[in-house]
Amino acid sequence: MLGSGYLTTILFLPAVGAVLVAFVLSNRDRVIKWTAALFTFVPLALSLILFALFDRSPEAAGLIQFQERALWIAPINAYYHLGVDGLSLPLMVLTAFLGFLAVLISWKIHLRVREYFAWLLLLETSILGVFLSLDLLLFFIMWEIEVIPMYFLINIWGAGRKEYSAIKYVVYTLFGSAFMLAGILSLYFTTGSLNMVEIGQRGLGLVQSIMPAAPIFWLLLIGFAVKLPVFPFHTWLPDAHTDAPTAVSVMLAGVLIKMGGYGMIRLCVTMFPPVAQQYAVILVILAIIGVLYGAAVTMRQTDFKRLIAYSSISHMGYVLLGIFALGKVSLVGAALQMFSHGLVTGLLFAMVGLVMHNAHERDLRKLGGLARQVPIITVVFSIAGLASLGLPSTSGFAAEFLVFVGSFSSSLVPGIQVYTILGVFGVVVTAGYILWMLQRVFYGPPLEQYDGTADADVLERVYMFAFVAVIMLVGIYPAIITDIIKLGISPIAGMLGG
Amino acid sequence: MNLALFIPEIALLATAAIVILLDLFIEQKRWLAQVSISGLVISGGVAIAMWGGSYPAIFNNMLAVDNFALFFKMLFLGVAFLVILSSTDYVSKFSRFQGEYYALVLLATLGMMLMAATTNLIAIYIALELTSISLYALVGFLKDSKSTEASLKYLLLGAIASAVLLYGMALVFGFTGKTQLSEIAQVLQALPQTTLLASPGLLLGVVLLVAGFGFKIAAVPFQMWVPDVYEGAPTPITAYLSVASKAAGFAIILRVFFSAFGIPVWLSQNWGLIFASLAVISMTIGNITAIPQTNIKRMLGYSSIAQAGYLMVGLAAMGMASGISILGQSGVLFFLTSYAFTNLGAFIAVIAISNKLDSDLIADYSGMGKRAPLLALALTLCLVSLIGMPPAAGFMAKFYIFNAAVQHGLLWLVIIAVINSVISAYYYLRVVKVMWLGETASAEKVPSSGALRLALLLCCLGVLLLGIIPGYAMGLAQFAANIFVY
Repeated sequence: MLGSGYLTTILFLPAVGAVLVAFVLSNRDRVIKWTAALFTFVPLALSLILFALFDRSPEAAGLIQFQERALWIAPINAYYHLGVDGLSLPLMVLTAFLGFLAVLISWKIHLRVREYFAWLLLLETSILGVFLSLDLLLFFIMWEIEVIPMYFLINIWGAGRKEYSAIKYVVYTLFGSAFMLAGILSLYFTTGSLNMVEIGQRGLGLVQSIMPAAPIFWLLLIGFAVKLPVFPFHTWLPDAHTDAPTAVSVMLAGVLIKMGGYGMIRLCVTMFPPVAQQYAVILVILAIIGVLYGAAVTMRQTDFKRLIAYSSISHMGYVLLGIFALGKVSLVGAALQMFSHGLVTGLLFAMVGLVMHNAHERDLRKLGGLARQVPIITVVFSIAGLASLGLPSTSGFAAEFLVFVGSFSSSLVPGIQVYTILGVFGVVVTAGYILWMLQRVFYGPPLEQYDGTADADVLERVYMFAFVAVIMLVGIYPAIITDIIKLGISPIAGMLGG
Repeated sequence: MNLALFIPEIALLATAAIVILLDLFIEQKRWLAQVSISGLVISGGVAIAMWGGSYPAIFNNMLAVDNFALFFKMLFLGVAFLVILSSTDYVSKFSRFQGEYYALVLLATLGMMLMAATTNLIAIYIALELTSISLYALVGFLKDSKSTEASLKYLLLGAIASAVLLYGMALVFGFTGKTQLSEIAQVLQALPQTTLLASPGLLLGVVLLVAGFGFKIAAVPFQMWVPDVYEGAPTPITAYLSVASKAAGFAIILRVFFSAFGIPVWLSQNWGLIFASLAVISMTIGNITAIPQTNIKRMLGYSSIAQAGYLMVGLAAMGMASGISILGQSGVLFFLTSYAFTNLGAFIAVIAISNKLDSDLIADYSGMGKRAPLLALALTLCLVSLIGMPPAAGFMAKFYIFNAAVQHGLLWLVIIAVINSVISAYYYLRVVKVMWLGETASAEKVPSSGALRLALLLCCLGVLLLGIIPGYAMGLAQFAANIFVY
């Protein structure tokens, strides 16, 4: 049965745009950029419509909405199966939002424009596909397709050690997904099904009668852990984020690494609740190491962009903590943190790109006093920084607060209170490096060599304020997102008994 | 006996004879390719018309006319079609023997079609030799030093492999007194396990068969000939070798090991394990030795060794399942089909590029993305498919064959295989990187003929179709593999 076709349209419009840009349209920069903007704006508009139409009543908890399902590969019983629930809807909206803004952020690209936008659009389709797929094979295909656009985007339009970073990214990702493929095959072998919803609902009985569930759990988890990234699989992240072009860093930090967290909740926790509980302590400890180690390393960075990149490791530690604290509130917090981090870090990367582009400098030791020269950038950057350290009234606060409260009160993981308190120290360090960075770049005495540095132009202001508006909206009224997330999380929490 | 069932083979043989004779009389040599292609089309048409039926075996039960054989006939004919299409430019440069070239390709195809159909050890040997001798001549067709060296190497090692194979067959025959595969199986099943285990002759025979066939499919440790032969042979013939010859080897392994040694279970599990270990060695050595290669034909040679490793994962699954399930077999068939499109596509792109560059060095592919964007895109697609990444056929093939292995308790083998795929990404992507990121040595465009472009287009379409909607092809593979049910 094919449903309304909304999701298919959202999913494939960017890919259609990519094909048009690559093969059909004339090779004029303006045509290509406007096409790309159109083919990312329509999915954004549609996903906002779905966001409005989404059934938020309590009876809809755990329901998959806007489902589309059609037989795809009969011999292996694979379906073309799309749908959103409370967990995936916010991530879909976020991807569409960042996908559109990434095109705007890329407006000043002049090198091999046609290829660039084709890959960028293809990237959006594959990320959307990960969040929308409800069939394991489709999910995995979307997961893998993303690698190729990323490889080219970092390799051709990146900076610094771009070739090294690109191949490192590819090898890490493929390494993780290799294990994930083995996990998916085992899951298919034990359950005979590729339907993610069905496997989750049916429970582990069938799996365990054929082979132990723990190895499958770990095979899947490695794939997601590389992506999130979880310490010690994180070393690709600073390289890839730092050397990618600005818009790609925004997509990478904004939504790509969220695929890891999403996969953990959707597959590892939903399908293997007892196993997740059994090994939760290990993962919580890794989360805390990630939070503290990531924050400490961030403190020492002297490269502007690398600093933001490292801060992601620390912030993703909160996501991991929230997920494997396994409480209802902590899971909601983790999902909200993914959404919030996507916005905040997306904005931070966009701003860093702007500063680097306009001031031609990325070394924190050489930057300084830019507040006088670029006041608008300074204000927006400060807001983004404050959101990143979790200031109340920004989305960062709501998310981290829920993670900490939820984890602390979770009863499923022994010793979670201690770990949570250790994690809270990460916030202190975060405040330290964010404020220190703001001080080093924008405040202090203005430097002569930055006189005449351009401030944000109209287009840049548009996307900056779009980011800020959403960050504040979610910060002041988080229920707009959390009401939806809860619908997705509550059946999972119900299975965990937390 | 009904000769009508032999029409695909007769048509091919007749075409080969006509091509050689025509070569003596006509001036316009391009007609030779067209005659060969029409022969392939006729033969293929008949094979397609026969698909799905059930026919008696012919030639005193030497040749089966089942769907398994028909599946491979269609595959070989398709491959030969694409190879001839992509050879036309290349061959038109030859001053002499153009007719012989096409005729030999057709005869090798005929040999492979027989290989897929034979159910008797003696017939297997004859079909194998028909294929091999045609290929020895084709490999040496350029007559320059590299091509001659390749041909000689192939001939010598091939002869040794044939001898080993023959010895294995002799041992099996000596033990069972039969050459017909099904009769061998009957003898083995009638004997108690202790007798079988106490007779090293039989087990040695099985091992020697593995070695002899292992040469054909280029499995480690029988792969020594691959890089030199691949590098020295005319590129269309390299493509042909890497795809059709390998597929024929797998066809014969599937049939022999299933029909003759599929039961008792312990025996099939034993050879299943042999193939599993060969798979591990082939994948790992193939992939690791491919990394430092600088010549793209050599690199694809090593990569084809690794691909044979993935294919043997399916053989291992077949051994483990011992006739209960056909997943492993249909996995091998589907993998071979998608591998045929993928590898042919890669080689055809290489042919087109080296026609212009006169070089097979990866470094000379620098900037190909600017000089020939569509060729570079096609080659990129094929390389991505060889890595086994979606949306290309290679992914579906691996998914399907690894699924078979997991279903039969070979999760460990699958984990080794997927890690190997990651290693392979490194050297395949290196070519991609050189093409799209490297500086162009010259801005000159790379022209390609219509026939070559058509062949490449067909391959790319195949790669995408099998990658995105593989259901139909998987169904065909399962249908063909249905002969493997007791």
